[in-house]
Amino acid sequence: MVTPILPLTLSQVQVVKQGKRILGPLDYKLSGRGITVVLGPNGSGKTTFLRTMHGLEHIRSGRLYWACTTLAARKSQAFVFQTPILLRRTVLDNIAYPLLVDGSTKATAYARAQEIAERIGLGGLLGVMGTAISGGEKQKLALARALVRKPQVLFLDEPCANLDGSATKDIEAILMDEKANGTRLIMSTHNVAQARRLADDVIFLYRGLLHDQGPSATFFTTPATSEALTFLNGGILA
Amino acid sequence: MIKKAVLAAVLTCAPLASIAEDFKMAVTTSFANSGLAEVLLPEIQADIDLNVQLLIVGTGQAIKLGEQGDVDAILVHSRPAEDKFIDQGFGTHRREIMYNDFIIIGPSVDPAQAKSSALTVEAFDKIAQSKADFVSRGDDSGTHKVELNLWKKSHITPEGDWYKSVGQGMGAALNTAAGMNAYILADRASWLNFGNKQDLAIVFEGDPLLFNQYAYIPVNPEKHAHMNVAAAKRLEAWLVSPRAKALIEGYQIDGKKLFVFNAQPK
Amino acid sequence: MNDIWAGLTQAGRLIISLDPTLIEITARSFKVTLTATLLSVAIGLPLGAWLAISRFRFRRLVIAVMNALMGLPPVVIGLMVYVILSRSGPLGVLGLLFTTSAMVIAQTIIISPIIASVAHQVVRDLWAEYHDLLISINTSRWQRTRTLIWDSKRGLMTASLTGFGRAIGEVGAIMIVGGNIEHATRVLTTAISLETGRGNFAMALALGFVLIASALLVNLVMHHISRTERGSRW
Ligand SMILES: Nc1ncnc2c1ncn2[C@@H]1O[C@H](COP(=O)(O)OP(=O)(O)OP(=O)(O)O)[C@@H](O)[C@H]1O
Ligand SMILES: [Mg+2]
Repeated sequence: MVTPILPLTLSQVQVVKQGKRILGPLDYKLSGRGITVVLGPNGSGKTTFLRTMHGLEHIRSGRLYWACTTLAARKSQAFVFQTPILLRRTVLDNIAYPLLVDGSTKATAYARAQEIAERIGLGGLLGVMGTAISGGEKQKLALARALVRKPQVLFLDEPCANLDGSATKDIEAILMDEKANGTRLIMSTHNVAQARRLADDVIFLYRGLLHDQGPSATFFTTPATSEALTFLNGGILA
Repeated sequence: MIKKAVLAAVLTCAPLASIAEDFKMAVTTSFANSGLAEVLLPEIQADIDLNVQLLIVGTGQAIKLGEQGDVDAILVHSRPAEDKFIDQGFGTHRREIMYNDFIIIGPSVDPAQAKSSALTVEAFDKIAQSKADFVSRGDDSGTHKVELNLWKKSHITPEGDWYKSVGQGMGAALNTAAGMNAYILADRASWLNFGNKQDLAIVFEGDPLLFNQYAYIPVNPEKHAHMNVAAAKRLEAWLVSPRAKALIEGYQIDGKKLFVFNAQPK
Repeated sequence: MNDIWAGLTQAGRLIISLDPTLIEITARSFKVTLTATLLSVAIGLPLGAWLAISRFRFRRLVIAVMNALMGLPPVVIGLMVYVILSRSGPLGVLGLLFTTSAMVIAQTIIISPIIASVAHQVVRDLWAEYHDLLISINTSRWQRTRTLIWDSKRGLMTASLTGFGRAIGEVGAIMIVGGNIEHATRVLTTAISLETGRGNFAMALALGFVLIASALLVNLVMHHISRTERGSRW
């Protein structure tokens, strides 16, 4: 049995860039099961928040810790970036890459990569260059590569931005599937409808601060702050 | 002990020595351009089993290569530089081999009327007076030094727009002169072998002042222990031999003899 | 115009008759330049990649030195190599001066910084693109280096070809350290310089055409190799 890396605790975490505080100070605890959706207008700090938890941002002050060592935690999490980063290799090579980094044999890595590619609907594209496929396929590829290591926690930064209805539906189905498998998902979006469909609980970020948070049942019906209410009603937040 | 080992190694290698020994000699561009080397080198290889490798450079660089010990001998034509080289102990001795001559080349119409001159200094004087373009090697080579000496003898300081110092080898300087249709001092061999004459022609020749003496100088093994003294001696003996004399005097371009052999028996 | 035509016909004649001298100096040109290119690739690619990925104390200094070396005229490098390899120089005992080895050394010094610099640029750009992903996947430094080098192989091949092109066309430095000795160190470029000096423009041009054609051939072959590779693997 793998050691659980959750809960993840953030205490008074602040991120500062070019003299500007862009996140925090905030406290947050990621635990339990299911899908957490991070909502907020453009520039509110969603990307920064997710990247901070994943360990990609330098924390100016505060503390962030996992239930195990940071090193062990790093191996059991994956991140799907807002704009997919694709290796200049084939689709299959892209998906197999994290396993090869872990030291899997080529045979196992490629077998597993192929299996996941087929599950995600990339089966017909295995030999195509990752940089040559369509935008929606790129998002799926990034997702497949993130899932290949069977992470305990999966960060997704607007995984369905720029995708049409059917591609979005495909990806949402995969995410629900992963949730059923026990993966802890935390994703950002500013698509309220999608949040309603997927979220078990919601975080609302505004101006770099954790403005509102709660289980989806209560958040969508009775948000605690007026900003969250405005946002949910499609209003524009200054 | 070590000596014995080296000796043994040399002896075991001895059968390989039938592959000719390499011998590096720095020669001037003008000598190389004459084409005589192509006649002499194969004969040298056949007669004394020496593979002479020529480094074709200016006199200044030839002297420098000798000083540094990067060649085994030099074959040059600039008396003051040669004397200094020997005085400083870089060469063992100087052996005159042959001479050719310099000629004044110019536009075939000869705007300075240099053709009618009796003496070299007169021709130089006319060129300077007429301010017709003159290309100088300007590279401190043997030929350049001869040219400067001739100006000095003519009591002229060459300067002004008409005097173009190009800082290049004989061939490149001739190319420049051909392009500008200018006067230039060249050695006969380079001129005869030169393929880009355009409108240039010989305007003055024959003054003994224009004779160009070539001398062979082996590099001193006291300065550079790795020198191949035996090979240097063998080559010298060949260069002054009747065989060399026949080849040198027999060498012609367009039916014209280029070199006069004048080595003295020791 | 006349000279160009004469040069072309002469080049054709030399090639068709398989002129032994031409073949000899062309083969030597390739031997020297390919050796120098291989050495420079072995030095330049890892150095470029390392400069792109690592942050260390003298990184700026190394880049400055690399750029300075790249800006030096080859003749100066030739002169420095001459002074070092000369019998009177520090490495004179090796007796390398006026050999093809000396020419390889000079060319390697000339093109290594070029290859390293292009490699640095190529890998740096790819590193900027891959950075977040490679960190996210928790790759080791060695894994990152390997991935970046492998995935920028086309750019790195261009870097190598640039180096090869510089080296095969170089004349100043190898003239000084090689000496342009017939049957020993004469290569295409030094032969061209010699023939130009003799006013044999047709011959010089003919050799020039052979030089252009061989450089072109190498580029085409390399391109072809990368194309077939793309077809089968990518
Ligand atoms: N390197 C940086 N330097 C300065 N400011 C930055 C930097 N990176 C991000 N920011 C600022 O931090 C704020 C939060 O950015 P972030 O990308 O986290 O927003 P977001 O909520 O993900 O927005 P979006 O919905 O547009 O993706 C923005 O105002 C952004 O301009
Ligand atoms: Mg974002």
